[in-house]
This record gives sequence, structure tokens and C-alpha cells, in this order.
Amino acid sequence: MTSYILRRLMYGVLILIGVNLVTFVLFFAVNTPDDMARLAIGGQRVSADAIEKWKVERGYDKPLFVNGAASGSEKFTDTIFYERSVPLLRFDFGQSDAGRDIGWEIKNRMGPSLALAIPSFALGLFASISFALLLVFFRTTRLDFWGVVLCVLMLSISGLFYIIAGQWLFAKVLRLVPYSGFIGGLDMVKFLALPVLVAIISRLGPEARFYRSLFLEEIGKDYVRTARSKGLSERVVLFKHVLRNALLPILTGAVSALPLLFMGSLIAESFFGIPGLGSYTIDAINAQDFSIVRAMVFLGAALYIVGLIMADISYTLVDPRVRFE
Amino acid sequence: MPNFVFLWTDIALFALVALVIFYAWRVQRSETARATWARVARSPSAMGAGVVLLCFVLVGLLDSVHFQPRLPQAPDAPANAPVVYSPQVVSLLDTLLADTALLHKEKTFSAPLAWLQFTKETILEEGVAPYRDFPRLAFGGAHLDDPESQWLADVSYRAGLGAGFGLLTGLLLSVLLLSLIARSRRRTDASVSFAATCGLIAKGRSEVAWRAVILTLLVVMLLLGITFGLASGYHVLGTDRTGNDVLWQALKSIRTAWVIGSLTTVAMLPPAIIFGLSAGYFKGWVDDVIQYIYTTLTAIPGVLLIAAAVLMMQVYIDTHPDLFPTAAQRADLRLFLLCMILGLTGWAGLCRLLRAEALKLRELEYVQASRAFGVSHLKVMVSHLLPNVMHIVLITVVLEFSGLVLYEAVLSYLGIGVDPTMNSFGTMIDKSRLEMSRDPMIWWNLLAAFVFMLSMVLSANLFADGVRDAFDPRSRGFRPTRRSRLLALMKRGST
Repeated sequence: MTSYILRRLMYGVLILIGVNLVTFVLFFAVNTPDDMARLAIGGQRVSADAIEKWKVERGYDKPLFVNGAASGSEKFTDTIFYERSVPLLRFDFGQSDAGRDIGWEIKNRMGPSLALAIPSFALGLFASISFALLLVFFRTTRLDFWGVVLCVLMLSISGLFYIIAGQWLFAKVLRLVPYSGFIGGLDMVKFLALPVLVAIISRLGPEARFYRSLFLEEIGKDYVRTARSKGLSERVVLFKHVLRNALLPILTGAVSALPLLFMGSLIAESFFGIPGLGSYTIDAINAQDFSIVRAMVFLGAALYIVGLIMADISYTLVDPRVRFE
Repeated sequence: MPNFVFLWTDIALFALVALVIFYAWRVQRSETARATWARVARSPSAMGAGVVLLCFVLVGLLDSVHFQPRLPQAPDAPANAPVVYSPQVVSLLDTLLADTALLHKEKTFSAPLAWLQFTKETILEEGVAPYRDFPRLAFGGAHLDDPESQWLADVSYRAGLGAGFGLLTGLLLSVLLLSLIARSRRRTDASVSFAATCGLIAKGRSEVAWRAVILTLLVVMLLLGITFGLASGYHVLGTDRTGNDVLWQALKSIRTAWVIGSLTTVAMLPPAIIFGLSAGYFKGWVDDVIQYIYTTLTAIPGVLLIAAAVLMMQVYIDTHPDLFPTAAQRADLRLFLLCMILGLTGWAGLCRLLRAEALKLRELEYVQASRAFGVSHLKVMVSHLLPNVMHIVLITVVLEFSGLVLYEAVLSYLGIGVDPTMNSFGTMIDKSRLEMSRDPMIWWNLLAAFVFMLSMVLSANLFADGVRDAFDPRSRGFRPTRRSRLLALMKRGST
């Protein structure tokens, strides 16, 4: 088991190097540091001197991949690629182009992101599974049919509309919650109630429909028929046998999505003004701050890999039939 | 003759239509494919959704024929003067709607079916002191002398007339359709009468779900009739901040949605098919390399990868202004490149499915046999593997479409979607979401985007479900592993 995890971790590092290369090519080879400097300085103040100064301040004045002027191993280490990539592997994100420490920002913004992401994820999962179970319990009745219709209808509506409608209804008409904003402490609940509710509702359609088909697949299996023929009630069959077995793939899937919660949600955070990592990323995109975007890409990729490994491990833990190769 | 302008996406869209016609021709000739599609035709929801989609396709295609109209000759021009074309590029849709309210601009906001502007203005009249009031609109209700008393009668008259015309056209089309069906049935059995065919369809017992088609057709025609009856004198869905008709913007957005939805999947197919099949077929180091590539791609958060690529494209467009003569061409190229970016970043999912399928197929006897006969790798892949994974490709393409239309709205909101000057559902939502906080509220922009987007995505979803059921994934072993589907679902949920 240890050697398996170790092997997967090594593969993860390999993938991180690939991710780094891709983002580096995207950000630096297509868009040269000169372009970035011109964009950052902006307007009439652009001059050759100003660009040179901007580049030196941020360490962009070196060659991209190979430094012909240096000797020995410095040929490769004294380049932008090396200086910008290797610290990332140590999770040292350096400074943004605007001159602030990215690692510090990430640490501060992770809290609000998680405060929104964890309740929406947990409650959303719970709501979707409950709704799917309800539909399965009443399968082949009218309730099931209209429930599925509702799901299809809900998954055809853009997530933006849920947010806009939620803000309009709960903040403007009913005045129950503030439009947007965030504060720490217990008052947080007031600000997070609406975003969490919207997140749950917008996930309900696609997920409940998918879980319903998972449950229905499980219900057709032999052991369920055996349980029924033993004379167990439908409630016991559904909650004790079907739910437990169908929950396995759902929960292991959830485990793999867990680490990505750290990244926050782009849309919800920017709509509701929550100072998390999602809104940080959006601000960086709008300000074209490539250092932040690269750091976030790297963080996201690392978390994704962690999620994959965690899912593999949890699979073997809950399902004894799966073995490590 | 006007001067036709071929934008990148126009060419791509028409090439796609040609491709679909070619596919239909292939289906017509193959017994099994016809039988599978007949299963789609039996599903009422898929057929009804298909009619709605067809209407959207029609609008999109009409809007894709671009040209510069010829300007009238100056009265004192010599006989051999060169022909002058308008500098503005218009589409066939614009020309068809030229007489309706859709192409008449107001000054600023106006409510649906209003005859007065939404905001007050200082009005200067001869002989009267300047006063502030809601001015009359330039087009909406301009034909009324006394709007207060005439408005209701005029609106109901136009709506009724439009509804009558719409229903009549719908009925005519239905009768035409019915007689065509009856004729084709008579070819096999001469004793079948027209009335018997109608009865069969009305009871919903026909092989193809014609009842759903005809009912949907009637409803669509009725709605179209009412809308255009009203649009002859009013802005049906109001006007936006700059006075453009909202209904017109929504119709224009349909084309953008089609381009995004269809072109992206087309851009996605070549890498997905080539990499997926060769990974599954060759195994070994080819498989390792391809798996590494797509794992790397999926590891990068999707929105960020797209944002990075779009930012790069933006820089390129900004630094090469000489390549784009008009703003329309620049916006169009941006849309085209956006589709390419979305496609090139989104092929990993399909590639994984195809790889798994190819791994299974390569062990089958007929593949082994053709290998033993010395058929080349390429020939085996093209003639034995590719036809056997086409159903996966088709299902993915139709399922992906609606998701992409929704995704475009999100990307445009984030500022990495289509050009801000281009009409799309995303830009419509983005421009109007702040107007909700005004008092009185301006709701018609959002409502229009909501209604059009919902009807398009919903019908696409229903049609896709029909196709998926018909191509029966279960019996053919098409089961994307639960984990990968779950992962995709959860990843989408987190943005």
C-alpha cells in the first residue's frame, strides 16, 4: 500500500511538472515579458527604460528556457522558467505582479472560501441524495415522473439565473439577507445563507437525476430481490440495502472532489462579494496578473491530484474487492 | 447583387450543416442506423424538442448569411459609376425583419409593448414652457394618435391577427405533413385512407411520434404569430439601455449559442478520436504518453486554462490590429478562436471513453483476424474501430451541446467569453444583471435571455436524452465509469 501511494505521488509530481510547463508556455512564450510590462505599466508611461525597470524588479529580465550567457548548470537555473517553476513545487508562490505575497493572500482567503464551499458541498450532497431517494421510493408513479421533469428543467437553467433570482427574491423583495459581503465570526451565517442555498438548488437538478439512475440500477440487482422475498419492507430495503451499496461510489466521488473545495467557487464568490480564492482568481484574470493565475493553476492541479489519490485509497478501504495493482 | 461576406464562423456553420446532411444520407442507406434513429423518432419528447431545435437552427442559419447591401445610386451619378456597397455588414435575418420593431432603435430603456420611454426627459415644445415627462417612443406605438384609449384595442387586435395567421400557417403545414405521411403509407398499403392516418396519429399510435411534432409545430407557430403580430408596432420584449430591441438581441444570440455549442464539439473530436483510439489500440508507451497528456490537461482547473488561453488570444488580437479590417470580423474571429480553445481544452473526457472502448474492441476476433491478414494499423483503426465507437461520439456531442451553451454564459460573465460587442446570452445577462437593482426594476432583458436560453437548452437536453436512449448505451457496453462521471459532475459543481 505504501509503495502504491508513493508511486502515485511520484506520478503526481510528474503531472505537476507538465502542468507547469503548459502554463509557462501559455503565459510566457506566447505573451512575452515585454507585452506584460507594457500592459502593467499602461498608457503613455511606456518607454524602453520603464519596461526594462519593470522586468528587472520582477525578475523577468532573464532568458526563458536556456541562458546562453551563464555556464554549467546555471545555463538552466538562471532562467525565468527555473526561477518561476521550482519554488512552486515547494509551494512558495512568490510575489504577484502587483507586488503582494501570494502565499499570504492564499492563506487569508482560504477561510472564507471554505466557509462557503464546505456547507454548500455537504448540504448539496445531502439534498440531492435525499431527493433522489424520494424519487426512487415513489418510482413508476406520477411523483417520480414530475420529479424527473423538474430535474431536467432545473439543469437547463443557467447557474447565473439562480444567483440573480435568489438575490432579487431574498435580498431585495423579502429583505432577509444582505445582497453581498462577508464578515468573520457568527454573523457570517447571515452572509452565507443565500449563497449556500443557491448552490444547493443549482446542483439539485443534475445530481439528483444522476443519483436516481444509480439507485435504480442498484435496485434491479439480485440481492434486493432476495431482501424483498424475505419479506422486508420497502423502507428497510431502500435505506438499509440499496442506499448503503449505492452510496459507495457517490462517497468516493465526493472524496475526490473534497480537496478542490479549497479553490472556492468563482461565480458565487464574485457575485456575493466573498473574499475567497475564487474571487481572488477572478480579480487576477481581470487585472491580467499572470503570477497569481499561475499560482492558482498550480494549486488547483496539486489539489486535483491529491483528490485522485484519496479517491483511490478510499475505494480500496470501503470496497474489499478492489486491490492495489 | 449585394456583396456577400463570409465570416469564419459562417463557413464553419454551413460546413457543419453539410456534414449533418451527409450523415443523414449515410443513415438513410444503412439499415441499422435507420433502425436506431427510428427509435429516436418514436420518442415524443425528443421529436417535440427536435421541432423547437429546428426553429432555432433556422434562425441561426438565416443569421449566418452575411452581406453588404448595395447602396442606391446617387441621382446625378454617371451611367458607368462603380457600384457602392454599404460599409455595414447585415445578415439575411436582419433584412427579413427590417420592417418590424426589431430593427428600430429607441433612445434608451422602454418596457415591453410600451408607447412611452422608461425614463423621463425634458421635453421642448413650441409655445409651451419646457417640462419633464416620459417622451413617446420613436417606433413603439408611434402609429397611435391617442395611446391611452387605443393601446389595449390595438395590442389585442395585432396579437389576435398574428395568432390567427400563425395558427393558420401551422395548420396548413400540419395538413401538408399529414398528407405526405398518408401518401407514403399508401405506397405500402393502398387501402389506407387519409382519415385513417389522421386517426392513427391523433391517438399517438404512429411509428414516428407525429402527434408531438404537430402539436409542437402548432404551439411554436402560434407563439411566432403573436410575437410578430405585436412586433409590427411595438417592442415585444422592450429595449435595453442603448435602445436596441431585446427580442432582436435574443434572436441574434441564438447564432452565437449554436456556434459555441457545435463548433466546440467539432474542434474537440479530432484530438479525442485520434488520441483515444491510438491509446487504446497501441497500448504500451503510446498509451502512457497519451494518458499523461490528458491527465495533465484535466488537472488544470478548466476555467483557468480557458482564461489563460483567452488572455493570450486577446494580447495577440491587440498587437495585430491590421489583421482585422472591421470590428465584426474581429469579434467573429474571437468567437471562432474561443470555440477552438474550448474544444482543445475539453477533449480529455471523450478521449478517456474512447480509449476504454478501443481497449475492449482491439481484442475482438474480427480485429485480430484483420491484423493477421496483414491489414495496416491505420486501416484497422479507421475501418474497424472508428465505426464501432461512433455511437459514443454521437452521444457525447449531443450531450455536450447544452452544457456548452450554459458554459458560454458563465465565461462571458467572467470576461473571458465572446467579444463584448457580440450578442450572446452571456453578454445579455452580464449587461442586465445590475438593472435588477433599479427601482422600478428592469426585468425584461433578463427575462428574454432566460426564456430563450431555457427553451434552447431544455429542448437540446430532451433531444439528447432521446438520442442517448435510442443508441442504448447499456446493451452496447457504453458506460462511462461511475467515477469519471461523478468527478466531472462534482468538478462542474465547484465552479
